[in-house]
Amino acid sequence: MRRRAFCFALAALATFGDAAAVEFARVRRGLKLRFPFDHGAHPDYRNEWWYATGWLDLADSQRIGFQSTFFRVRTGIGEKNASAFAPRQLILAHAAIADPRVGALRVDQRAARVGFGRAGYASGRTNVWIGDWHLDQRDDRYRVDVRADKFAYALTLVPDGPPLLNGLAGFSAKAADAVHASYYYSRPQLKVSGSVTLASRTQAASGLAWLDHEWSSAPLPEAAQGWDWIGINLDDGGALMAFRLRRADGTALWSAATWREAAGKVRILSPNDVVFEPGRQWRSPRTGIAFPVEWDIRVGTRSVHLQPLIDDQELDSRHTTGSVYWEGAVTVSEDRREIGRGYLEMTGYGERIGFG
Amino acid sequence: MTLAPVFLGSLGRRRAATLFSFVAIVLGVALGMAVQAVHQAALSEFARGLRFMAGEADLQVVGPRGGFADGVYAMLAARPEVAAASPVIEIEARVDGHPDSLKVLGIDVFALAQVEPQLMPMAVPATDRLAPLREDAIFLSAAAQTAFAVKAGDRFAVQMGNQVVPLRVAGDLPGAADDRSLAVMDIAAVQKYFASAGRISRIDLRLAEGLTVEAARVALQNLVPSGVLIEAPAAAEDQAANLSRAYRVNLTMLAAMALLTGGFLVFSAQALSVVRRRSEFAFLRAIGLARRRLFTWLIAEGALVGLAGGLTGAVLGHGLAWLMLALLGGDLGAGYFSGLKPQLEFQPETTAIYVLLGVLAGAAGAWLPAHEAATVAPAQALKAGDSGVLAGQLAGRGRPWRGVALLLVALAACALPPLNGLPVGGYLAVALLLAGSVLLLPAAASRLAALLPRRGPVPARLAAARLGAAPGHAVIAAAGVLTSVALAAAMAIMVSSFRESVDEWLQQILLPADLYLRVATPQSSGYLDAELQARIAAVPGVGSVRFTRHESLRLAAGQAPVALIARPVSADAHELPLTASVQRTAGATAIWISEAMRDLYGWRPGQLVDIPLAGHMARVQVAGIWRDYARQTGAVLIDLGDYRRLTGDRLANEAAITLAPGTRVRELADALTATAAAGALQVAYPAQIRARTLRIFDRTFAVTYLLEAVAVIIGLAGVAASFAALAAARRREFGMLRHLGLTRRQIGWMLAQEGALAAGVGVLGGLLAGAAISLVLIEVVNRQSFHWSMGLHLPMASLVLFALGMTALAALAAVLAGRQAMRQDAVLAVREDW
Repeated sequence: MRRRAFCFALAALATFGDAAAVEFARVRRGLKLRFPFDHGAHPDYRNEWWYATGWLDLADSQRIGFQSTFFRVRTGIGEKNASAFAPRQLILAHAAIADPRVGALRVDQRAARVGFGRAGYASGRTNVWIGDWHLDQRDDRYRVDVRADKFAYALTLVPDGPPLLNGLAGFSAKAADAVHASYYYSRPQLKVSGSVTLASRTQAASGLAWLDHEWSSAPLPEAAQGWDWIGINLDDGGALMAFRLRRADGTALWSAATWREAAGKVRILSPNDVVFEPGRQWRSPRTGIAFPVEWDIRVGTRSVHLQPLIDDQELDSRHTTGSVYWEGAVTVSEDRREIGRGYLEMTGYGERIGFG
Repeated sequence: MTLAPVFLGSLGRRRAATLFSFVAIVLGVALGMAVQAVHQAALSEFARGLRFMAGEADLQVVGPRGGFADGVYAMLAARPEVAAASPVIEIEARVDGHPDSLKVLGIDVFALAQVEPQLMPMAVPATDRLAPLREDAIFLSAAAQTAFAVKAGDRFAVQMGNQVVPLRVAGDLPGAADDRSLAVMDIAAVQKYFASAGRISRIDLRLAEGLTVEAARVALQNLVPSGVLIEAPAAAEDQAANLSRAYRVNLTMLAAMALLTGGFLVFSAQALSVVRRRSEFAFLRAIGLARRRLFTWLIAEGALVGLAGGLTGAVLGHGLAWLMLALLGGDLGAGYFSGLKPQLEFQPETTAIYVLLGVLAGAAGAWLPAHEAATVAPAQALKAGDSGVLAGQLAGRGRPWRGVALLLVALAACALPPLNGLPVGGYLAVALLLAGSVLLLPAAASRLAALLPRRGPVPARLAAARLGAAPGHAVIAAAGVLTSVALAAAMAIMVSSFRESVDEWLQQILLPADLYLRVATPQSSGYLDAELQARIAAVPGVGSVRFTRHESLRLAAGQAPVALIARPVSADAHELPLTASVQRTAGATAIWISEAMRDLYGWRPGQLVDIPLAGHMARVQVAGIWRDYARQTGAVLIDLGDYRRLTGDRLANEAAITLAPGTRVRELADALTATAAAGALQVAYPAQIRARTLRIFDRTFAVTYLLEAVAVIIGLAGVAASFAALAAARRREFGMLRHLGLTRRQIGWMLAQEGALAAGVGVLGGLLAGAAISLVLIEVVNRQSFHWSMGLHLPMASLVLFALGMTALAALAAVLAGRQAMRQDAVLAVREDW
């Protein structure tokens, strides 16, 4: 689970309202994920997200990070309302560019109810949109289109192999109690080509990206204050996903990791084998929140060090999903040697995620 | 400045005349100022409300009263021209157990942020982020929470259609101004509870960058169905301003006439004062005062009175405006801005203009006398007390052919078309009629004097002779009376004609019935659906029932919506207050249009026109024109059967019900209201509707009654001031008459008759001029401003009473004014100049 977080925020609250009247589908251990069907939306579940992040090399040799996230939320409201405006399903989206020349994220966000063709999702393949922002999968290639006020990008993401199933064949536990779990798979090592528009200038872009798809109806464990997550494309062709849920005192409530080696062998690591050690802190001048922007993470026998592309990759989404989080491009090194690049997400450093 | 006591001080020496001039100017300025300030406050409040509602929208998509299909939203939101589109459903909801209705906006909270951030609801407490989407959540502005005595978390039962929906106050609207009472709900919830699924009232659009609003408007207008219009948010502001502008201009013109009268009073006071001070001026000239400076000083006298009157009038006007706002509301009771709470604002420019108008009235009034005084050669003036020069000149100026010419021009001015929607020609005609009548007055006075019998007691013969011999003085005394009587009579005739016509119209326009049944909220949130209509018809005791559907049409961008009334109409429509009708073509669907439709859209009887019904253009024939006093922006009447056939809309808003024999009205009323939820339906009786309409009418014209009263006061002040000055100038004459053996009593009697004669001439002239002006008001000003016609009804009794009262009061004023002059010893008075 992870970042996707914000949805939990919305979902957790839905439990107090008419949600009781709505039966959300439950995440069960042992259900086998089927593709391409499970690339599509699962509207019976409360929350779902598609999360694309990655590093891009621009034609002017500038290196930037990009993020585009589409959330689907089933609100439990208006299930029996015949109105075409009935807010049964919402789509929320965040898009960002991490540009060292700017020194902070360029961000845009959207939210809409599903209907009138203004926002929606498809089943059977990844296809989710809000206005003219799209994430569309065809022939197992993803196409991302984002047009914001200050930036735009149109990227094609081509996977190198089948989906990487996290946890127990895609059943990803979030706590000791199996109630708190999601279905979760990743698409690492996505080859990116396309164009990026910054400051009214459009240029070709290429790089490597990571896509997560996760859905669930379960709320965040009561004791969780937030979480830290990484998704790293390793230079040797491998991939590393790790996350932990954090208590208010900073200790780990639960953690997990998936390491796909270059040869394709996948290791699923249990909570005891994943340790997140925060390093240098950066304090946001806007919100006053302090984020640990450097980390040492032990995954099994290996230890990696995380360093941000820029410190300020804070994203204030209080208008849409209602939280302030840090989502940024990082480089990963082992024994002071760079071994990969990817994204780091940190939530719950201000107010508790989902209850702010 | 050393001369200041000589000139300006003279104002203090003739206190009465100065006071009357001052009061007249004060009243003119105060009234004009008040009408202007009140209207400005109402308009700016109205505009503020529109701007608040429109938020940052570049364009608004509006439709008829019942709204339009929400598919229009899907289509427009996807257009490249549109950066953001926010759909809105606007309803007036009745709050359970509360007399006031509440404006509820059904909104999409996700679209609000980009187009109308000011309406953004805030959940209290803030933890429930989905609160704005919940079906039972309603967000009330602070003013609404106060008005309905609820706070966040409270239950809030709202009546929708004929059922009660239990809602919950989920929070407030921090962006709404403190005084704005409104509520916000999710658009899906409003569609659900109001059974208006698939309909929306409005879409607010923000355009993509780099597009001109007009180009985008034209492009998008072509895409939307018939009857749905796309317009700039400012259009509604203009509509409101246009709608009420005519009313405001009417009132302002009346105030301007009061000011004119004030100027005239200054003139009469100055004219006589100049006559009295001839030797004084001659002396000043002889010791070296330049002609120019004398002139300037005399103008300054008038200007000083004007300035004092203007300043006092501006202060009084603001006070009056405050009072009017408190008592009558921003539209002075006319109903253009109901529901607004305008705040009075001090406007320095406007105030300065009105003060300046006061000064101008004073200076203009002093112009002729000052010119006259400055022209006379000192030697001639020193020699003898010839006071008749100015008066003679005035008589000369009053040469009848000039007056006749002015009246002819007035007649021509009536034919002018409205300029920018304003009846400028009409106002010009009114001013010319007044001026022409004043110029004709001397001739009329001589004629009248010639008709008077040359017999009777000496004082009466003297009075008659004076009227015949010195019409210049008569002009001065009578012109003020004429002006004020003309204004008062014109207003009285116009208002009476209007009221009678409205009364007649009411009896024709209402469907004949014993009682009427309608939904409690007049807005779109309430109607009688087919099932309820059947239940109403089935109530025992109902003899016959006829339903009326109220809708509206959007015919042209920038124009206010036109009312569409669908009700049973007989084949020849004889029951309507028709002013024109034609034989319609066989097979054509007939509509009957109000006079405003003819003026605003140029439709003519017999013409085939297309009107948007249910999203499609329907071809109909104008079968006639009817008189409508209710809807200044136009109304179209169609037979209910035709309407239902063309639209498929089976809803109704009102039912006109006749009783079956042997039924009691009250019992039937109770049975009828019991067909729906308590409080959902209202019963009204024909007599009650008539009484209420006339009450609203009287309230609307309360201000004009006030103006009439002012006109009368000014007229009387004029008589008093003129006679005070005249009497002072005639001390020698009084002394002579005393020498000849007349008693004080006889002189007083003579003065009374002179006053009555002068005033009588003025009153007669005023009545004639007033009748002519009222015709102009009815046939030109009202037709052009409000687009309605009316029959002429003379309020004879009150006019006669008014005329007699005016004459008697004038006589009394003359006696009182003369008494002071007679106090002096007769011998001294005669010897004074020897």
